Amino acid sequence: MNFDKEFDASGLSCPLPILKTKKALADMASGQVLKLVATDCGAIKDMQAFADQTGNPLLSTAEEGGKYIFFMKKK
Amino acid sequence: MAKKMAIIASKGTLDMAYPPFILASTAAALGFEVQVFFTFYGLQLLRKDLSSVMISPLANPAMPMPVPMPVLVQVLPGMESMATMMMKQKLKKHGVASLQELRDVCMEAGVKFIACQMTVDLFEFKKSEFIDGVEWGGAAMFLGFAGDTDICLFV
Repeated sequence: MNFDKEFDASGLSCPLPILKTKKALADMASGQVLKLVATDCGAIKDMQAFADQTGNPLLSTAEEGGKYIFFMKKK
Repeated sequence: MAKKMAIIASKGTLDMAYPPFILASTAAALGFEVQVFFTFYGLQLLRKDLSSVMISPLANPAMPMPVPMPVLVQVLPGMESMATMMMKQKLKKHGVASLQELRDVCMEAGVKFIACQMTVDLFEFKKSEFIDGVEWGGAAMFLGFAGDTDICLFV
């Protein structure tokens, strides 16, 4: 998937992946896509909850070699 | 309209400092309007210098220890500092944010910190020992906001 910005939150625990996602989205334009990489397995449900609460669509969630890859579109 | 959350932070130990800061920073990231009321020992969490925020294994039987430690050993001088140092190392190793980091995120995100005026008077603290941007108030001020929230917690 194409993306405009990437943030690697590997090794960070709750709630840092969410806080970093919020920060990364802040200077992006509407419609741009953020790729977030995390190793915290709690991030799967947290990212979904973040998407539901903030209205930024979570385009996909995938696991790859122990890492979780999220693509989020800025609303 | 944005959801609202209010938290009362009444404890000043390292372990009990995490829940209010984690919840406040995350709620702010989710778009909540957040206020945290710091009272009694919770006021220590608003000091400019957070190094006095510690954890004690004493009277804390649920705290996991690397080796079993009898209570009579836990009371020895320096045990509190050692436990605090070990806990901070553990937090860092597991990628958990420091209190300072979470507190900074809260401030940046516009979380309102209210410090209990009565506590400052009671313990004769100096206001200059606390971070800037804190609002001083009392129970009625907090309840004015808390009465209108979606989530209200006591920590």
